Parts: sequence; structure tokens; C-alpha cells
Amino acid sequence: MGDALEAAYRADRDRVLARLIGILRDFDLAEDALQDALVAAASTWPVRGVPENPAGWLVTTARRKAIDRLRSGAASERRNRAWGELSVAWDIGDGTQPIADDRLRLIFTCCHPALTLEAQVALTLRSLGGLSTEEVAKAFLISETALAQRIVRAKRKIRQAGIGYRVPGPDELPDRLAAVLAVVYLIFNAGYLPPSGTDLVKVDLCDEALRLIGVVIDLMPDSPEPLSLAAMMHIQDARRDARVDRHGVPLTLEEQDRSRWDTDEVAAGLALLDRARSMERPGPYQVKASISAVHASAPRSDLTDWNIIVRLYDALLLWEPTPVVQLNRAVAVAMADSPAAGLSLLDDPALARPLAEYHLYQATRADLLRRSGRLEEAAVAYRRARQQTNNEAERRFIDRRLQALDAPVVPDGLPQP
Amino acid sequence: MQYMLIIHNDPNTHPTPGDPEWGQLMADYAAFSEQLGSYTGAPLNDPSTATTVRIRNGETLVVDGPFEETKEWMSGYYVIECDNLDQALKAAAMVPSAKFGSVEVRPVAEM
Repeated sequence: MGDALEAAYRADRDRVLARLIGILRDFDLAEDALQDALVAAASTWPVRGVPENPAGWLVTTARRKAIDRLRSGAASERRNRAWGELSVAWDIGDGTQPIADDRLRLIFTCCHPALTLEAQVALTLRSLGGLSTEEVAKAFLISETALAQRIVRAKRKIRQAGIGYRVPGPDELPDRLAAVLAVVYLIFNAGYLPPSGTDLVKVDLCDEALRLIGVVIDLMPDSPEPLSLAAMMHIQDARRDARVDRHGVPLTLEEQDRSRWDTDEVAAGLALLDRARSMERPGPYQVKASISAVHASAPRSDLTDWNIIVRLYDALLLWEPTPVVQLNRAVAVAMADSPAAGLSLLDDPALARPLAEYHLYQATRADLLRRSGRLEEAAVAYRRARQQTNNEAERRFIDRRLQALDAPVVPDGLPQP
Repeated sequence: MQYMLIIHNDPNTHPTPGDPEWGQLMADYAAFSEQLGSYTGAPLNDPSTATTVRIRNGETLVVDGPFEETKEWMSGYYVIECDNLDQALKAAAMVPSAKFGSVEVRPVAEM
């Protein structure tokens, strides 16, 4: 019986919580009431049997518990909430359609641009994710207390600033959906390449991001950009095992053993991209996913069609005219044309100035210098890149490159760290 | 819910009477206010006209000048009624001075 409760909780926690937040309009009250309902389930299910619709049972019970809490004054600070509202529309049906809508509202509330990006991520993971506070805190390398404070502040802002629990209207939707997708991709990337620490790949957050984008796709099946983001994440995720060597040192796309790519996951990604393309409404994620797809479709790295990739980056610049996109385009030009052609783009002050402190800029420059035979300049650039990253795995990668150049890892006169 | 739209401007970048954009700006404000329908709000004179009052140890201190000298200063406000923050943000984006300065959206506290 404990297993039934465990299963119901795991399968439906986010649906039930979203529904409760929708009814109660209060994150904290919803969480407390769900907790009460779980306690009640633990004592009644073993006696009376598991209800036919466990999620519906949890919603009904939690709603009753919320009213108890409001009535008893345990939540007296919420006195201005008219609990009479709670008794209207008791019918919760079979729990499929309205619950789905609630989750979509909840996603848009959690990813509202009036909240800081950190708060959006924390709130999304806590409200819609299957991770505990401890796991989320660990993934983002902050203390549980700091994370809890971040969430408390965000909930307070939602309540006091009147951030609506609603799906944005058609005129707001493109921007707001972009914010949701940015949060999901940030979660994926935090799992794929954490800013510091020793592990290059943190599996849980990647899975969590893939699960979240699956929810968005289910709820907005006619939107192409969520499909494209999912495609891109699947193609990236397929390379998870091939991305580092035995010692955890990152491998470039060129160096990866492509037989270790998960071909099923690549195929799943390509199929999602096809679905997005067939809607004929291109967007930045569609272009990015297409770039991933070109890489994924090359059986060997030297068979990559770099000319198409350059053109795709040209297209991406129409949506995102940023130095980082320019940097990636320069890499593609270096591959399609020559390292010198890529270098001349990198050394353009319009690019060099904003990216001077970005370790991937220095690492890319170092790589192109190496390929052009300018080895001493390459070593200088690698060392600068090494100083700019805190990620242990990336540092080992740079050290390996420096050794290949036959240059000391640390310049003379400095102590070995 | 009630929200206050607080308009902050840098006088160096915001049009002033006599500038070619001034007439258009005033027309935009008239159109915006009409669209709002019911609201409270007003433009404010510049900080050189401000006087600040404090009471310390029972004594009233009156000094010339604003609470704080800043490059951008509050040049006007609206108080509007909205269903949620999104509506208020939409209204804020329609304030003509948003093109030059910035509009801070603050919920009025419920007492």
C-alpha cells in the first residue's frame, strides 16, 4: 500500500500540485495541503484500499485540508483570501484535461520574466520537477538555505506583485514561451556542463529538462519551438557517453568516438525536428537544432557539411545577433574555409572585446592558432582560457592541449596549483 | 489590484519643451491617458523644485532639494487598477516616456 502511495506521488505530484495551486492561488498553502493529504493517504489507503483515481483523491483531500487550515486560523495571515471561493466548482472530473491546463499555467507563472532567472529555475524545478530541494541545491552548487530563500522570495513576489496564474495571451505568447524554453535549456545545460565542480555531466538535471520539455510539448503540441528545443537536447544528450574520455576529460566533436553516440536518441531528436520543420514557422531553436542535426548526421567528423553550418549560423544571427553566436559562426568558417579565415573573424574587435574574459573564446582562439601553426601564441591563449574557467574537467582538457603543444602547463615562475 | 507606474527620466535624454519631439510626446500622453480611462496620476516638476522634510528629536528639518540626487529622477506617476501584473506591465510599456527613460511597476500594498 505504501508502494501505491509512492507511485501515485511520483507519477502525479506535479499535476496534483499544479491543480492545487490553481485552486488555492497560493504556493505555500498548496504544498502544505498536499502534505496533509499524503499523511491522510498513508493512514486511510491501507485500511480502505487505494482509490480508483489516486491523483483525484489527493486533490479533493488536499482541498479539504486547505479549507481546514484556513478555517482553523493556522494560516491567519491569509485572512484576506475568501475561502468561500474554494467551495465553488468542486467537480474535478477524471483529472486529465483541467490538470493539464493547470500545469501549463504553472510553468508560465514560474518562468515569469518579473522573477530573476535564478528564481525561475529554482521555482520551476521545485514546482514541476521531481527533484528534492537538496538535489536542486546540489545541482546548482548553492546551499539548501540559499535555495529555500530564493524560492520564498519568488513566491512572495508572485503573491504581492500579482503575477497571474495564467497562460499568456497570443500577443505575449512568443516572448513568454521563449522565457520558458530558456529556463528548460538552462536546466539542461546546468546538467550538461556545470560552471564548476569536478563532474562534467550531471545526469539528473539533463533528464529533468527532457522531462519538462516533454510536458511543454504535450501541453502545446502545435508550437514548433518546444519541439525544436527537445530535438536539440536529445541530440546533445545522445553524445553524453562519448563526450568525455576515461579520465573525464572533455572531447571535442571531432575527437568523439561516434559509435558511442546513442543512435536511438539521435533518431528521436531528428524526428522531433522534422515535426517542428513541417509546421513551417522557423525560430531560433529550430535553427540551433538544425545545426545539431547536421553534426549528428555526419558519420565522420571530416564529413561534416560546414558550409551549411555557416549558413545556419547566418540565419541564427537574424534572431540572436550576439557575440557568442558570432564566435560559433567563426568556428564554422574556420572549418569550412581555413583556420586563418576563422581567426580573422575572432580578432575583429567587435567580437574580441566583449568576449575577452570568456574562456571558450580564448580556447577557440588557441585552437585556431594551433591549427595555423602559431604554436607560441596558441599556448598563451590556452593559458588565459585555463585561468578563466573553474571547471576541473575543462582545465584537464586545456592541460592536455598544452602538453600536445609541448608547452608547460603553468608558465615558469608560478607555483603548480 | 492597484499598481503604481513610476516614471523615471534622465533629463539629458528625455525631450523637454521646445524639442522637436515634445509636441508628439504630449499628444502620446493625451492618447495614453484617454486609453487608461480611470486613473490617478500626474507629471511632477523637476527635482530643483523639491523640498525635503524630516522630523528628528521633535524638530522639523526642512531642506532644499530632493531626497536623493540621482541622474534619473521621478518625473510622474499613474495609479491604475489591473487584474494582474501582466496587465500592469502592458500599460507600463505604453507609457510614452518608456521610450526614453524607464517605468517602474509597483503593486500598491493592501492594508
